[in-house]
Amino acid sequence: MSDKAYMVPNPFMPGKAVEIDPQICNGCRACVEVCRMDVLVPHPEKGKPPIVLYPDECWFCACCVEECPRPGAIRMEHPLNQRVGWKRKETGEYFRIGMRNPPPPYEKPPVG
Amino acid sequence: MSDYLDFLQAEADIPEWPYPLRYRKENHVSSDVLVLGGGVAGIHAALTLARIGLSTVMVEKGGAKKAGSGGVGVDHWHYACTNPASKVTPEEFVEAMIEGMGEYECGIFDYINYKEGYDTLLDCERLGVKIRDTEDEFQGAEFRDERTKLLFSYDYESKYDIRVPGGWNIREPLLREARRLGVTVCDRIMATSLLTEGGKQGARVVGATGVNTRTGEFYVFRAKATILCMANVHRLWVFSTELKGSACMYDPNCVGDGHAMAWKAGATLTMMEKSRSESGGFNYPDYGVGNASNTWFACTIVDARGKEVPWVNRDGRVLTTVSERYRPAPGQKFLLPPQALFGLKGPVYAYAGPRLIPDLCARIQSGEFVLPLFADLPSMPDLERRAIFGLMIGNEGKTRVPIYDIYTQAGFDPNKDMLQAPVRSPRAYLNRTWWMADPPSQWRDPGFGSHGGLVVDWDLKTSLEGLYAAGQQVFQGFGHSGAATSGRYAARNAALYAREASEPIIDRGQVDKEKARVYAPIARKRGMGWKELCAGIARIMQDYCGEYKQEGTLKLGLRWVKEIREREAVDTVARNPHELVRTLECFTRLTAAEIIMQASLARKASSSVLDFRRLDYPDLDPEGWNKFITLRLADGEVKDDGLPFKYWLKSPWASAYEENYERHARLR
Repeated sequence: MSDKAYMVPNPFMPGKAVEIDPQICNGCRACVEVCRMDVLVPHPEKGKPPIVLYPDECWFCACCVEECPRPGAIRMEHPLNQRVGWKRKETGEYFRIGMRNPPPPYEKPPVG
Repeated sequence: MSDYLDFLQAEADIPEWPYPLRYRKENHVSSDVLVLGGGVAGIHAALTLARIGLSTVMVEKGGAKKAGSGGVGVDHWHYACTNPASKVTPEEFVEAMIEGMGEYECGIFDYINYKEGYDTLLDCERLGVKIRDTEDEFQGAEFRDERTKLLFSYDYESKYDIRVPGGWNIREPLLREARRLGVTVCDRIMATSLLTEGGKQGARVVGATGVNTRTGEFYVFRAKATILCMANVHRLWVFSTELKGSACMYDPNCVGDGHAMAWKAGATLTMMEKSRSESGGFNYPDYGVGNASNTWFACTIVDARGKEVPWVNRDGRVLTTVSERYRPAPGQKFLLPPQALFGLKGPVYAYAGPRLIPDLCARIQSGEFVLPLFADLPSMPDLERRAIFGLMIGNEGKTRVPIYDIYTQAGFDPNKDMLQAPVRSPRAYLNRTWWMADPPSQWRDPGFGSHGGLVVDWDLKTSLEGLYAAGQQVFQGFGHSGAATSGRYAARNAALYAREASEPIIDRGQVDKEKARVYAPIARKRGMGWKELCAGIARIMQDYCGEYKQEGTLKLGLRWVKEIREREAVDTVARNPHELVRTLECFTRLTAAEIIMQASLARKASSSVLDFRRLDYPDLDPEGWNKFITLRLADGEVKDDGLPFKYWLKSPWASAYEENYERHARLR
């Protein structure tokens, strides 16, 4: 636990837009190069994961996710006010994006 | 630790800007033709020019790889009337569209789209884009043409709208080919102004200026011809980075830079007074909620108890099968897609297609239907379900990862699950697109598929010599196929002009003036940031140019814009190249606000088609006002010339579409 606090601006909204897993990301910057809004900028140190500098300007097109050569290194996340729900027709169960204990993924890829 | 605030805490020192800073450094780039905007229209224009053999420079504000609103993909290719299975001719379709839009439509842009849309798609196919159901996944589907293996949407009998099973990858093959043929791609550059001969308003366009969004360096582009391929004005009334990001059809770079620079150069624009209700931040991710329109057309909708909301045809007859939702009524020639028809008037009866019951609002209030509503994918026929969620959502670029991948990874199973529609107030269900929310009436946007822009002739040339327009830059310029076809066509005409044109000469004084304008925000130490300026401009538009307009308030709005331009905008501070570009976009917005309010003042009548209401001129579409208001700047003064409806079939043009097209398409 940190015993220090800093004077920093308030957190962004949307706060994440994308989340990068530093264990998987190799800092190749493919996401930085494809991002239309420069939401992502390179880390000052080469090889480190990029910094999500302007999440508030994200269009949520997920081109960064499509471009990433390392599956799981970057993940797009809808802001909390943009998450939707659905109902299973047979059982009436209600689910939502971001829920705890979600149903198993649907594995079939899209067409094309 | 990828968040900036975490980073700050961990690293203690504020890191320096990650790119080299080169404010004011000049780069000079010359070419035969300059393409401004690298989205769908831009890439097709650049590719066409390179094939003709002209030196071509393409300038793009974002990243070239996925640039533009259509850079992320396309799920259906509109109005490919010349495909082998189509039962509609371009002539029939253009007449229908113009009638549907109450004549406020650009017949030139439309006809080009209907005439060479299919050829353009075939060109994409030759470059490696999958446009057919080659794996026979949809064999036996009503919407498949067995001979060509093309898949269709909306009207399964007329077959003019093509579902593209590999549309998510439509961008990269084109860009690769353009680069292979020698197109110079300048991305991360915001075009800031057009350069004209002698620096004069209304003179021949000889190039443009730009600023790099990462390094801040300056560009002077010189070219014999220029094609504007940028987007329409968006997010002018509703600006909120907190709310708007995901719930917007358009790349946030689309602020109307092209409109603003063309206006300042003296080009003629029209229909700029048109806007429509904009639900902005009240929305959810595009196509990411239960609905029955566009990519989701015509999904079954059920209420909270599972009761089906009926579909009816244009006469109100309840349709009992899913198949009927995709077919014209008996005796009806063909359907226009529902999103083609905006304005207050609603669809024209002749081409109106099936829809959900129009009295949904009353039946919710009476308790017959209980909220929330759901899109009942599981009850749809297997191939329709796969077409909606697997093909359309899977290929409409903005939805492939954000909706298909994220939802299915979170457990959404289209075979089992019903996607919820947003819960709206009952009156929202009076609208055909009730899932789009019921916003405050001051929230407006030029809208999706229907907006003002540059006046063009049969060459897609603007009113200025050397300046051509494509895509959303043209008034009423709409859609992926429209952008692609107009990009190609404008390029062929620009090439012809560039071959004959004299060497362009840049006016140094004009460059210096623009440079001073561009870099002013970085020289300041105090003042507001771009976001506050943006929100302030949006507030002016909401208050003085909202749903209801009148002379006094429009003039007051113009006064606010002028004063803000001279006061707060002059004090706005940019601390790095990114903020500089966003600040310059605010200046674009100020100009866009002026054009829109000037156009609104010039139309002294209300109009149902334009969704335009003047409190001081409440009569809808009165005699004498059924025409295009066309505005331009001459010596700094606003001039209103006006153009009649269907001006493109009147002198000096031929009276038939085909004849004009044959003369100006420059195919050989």
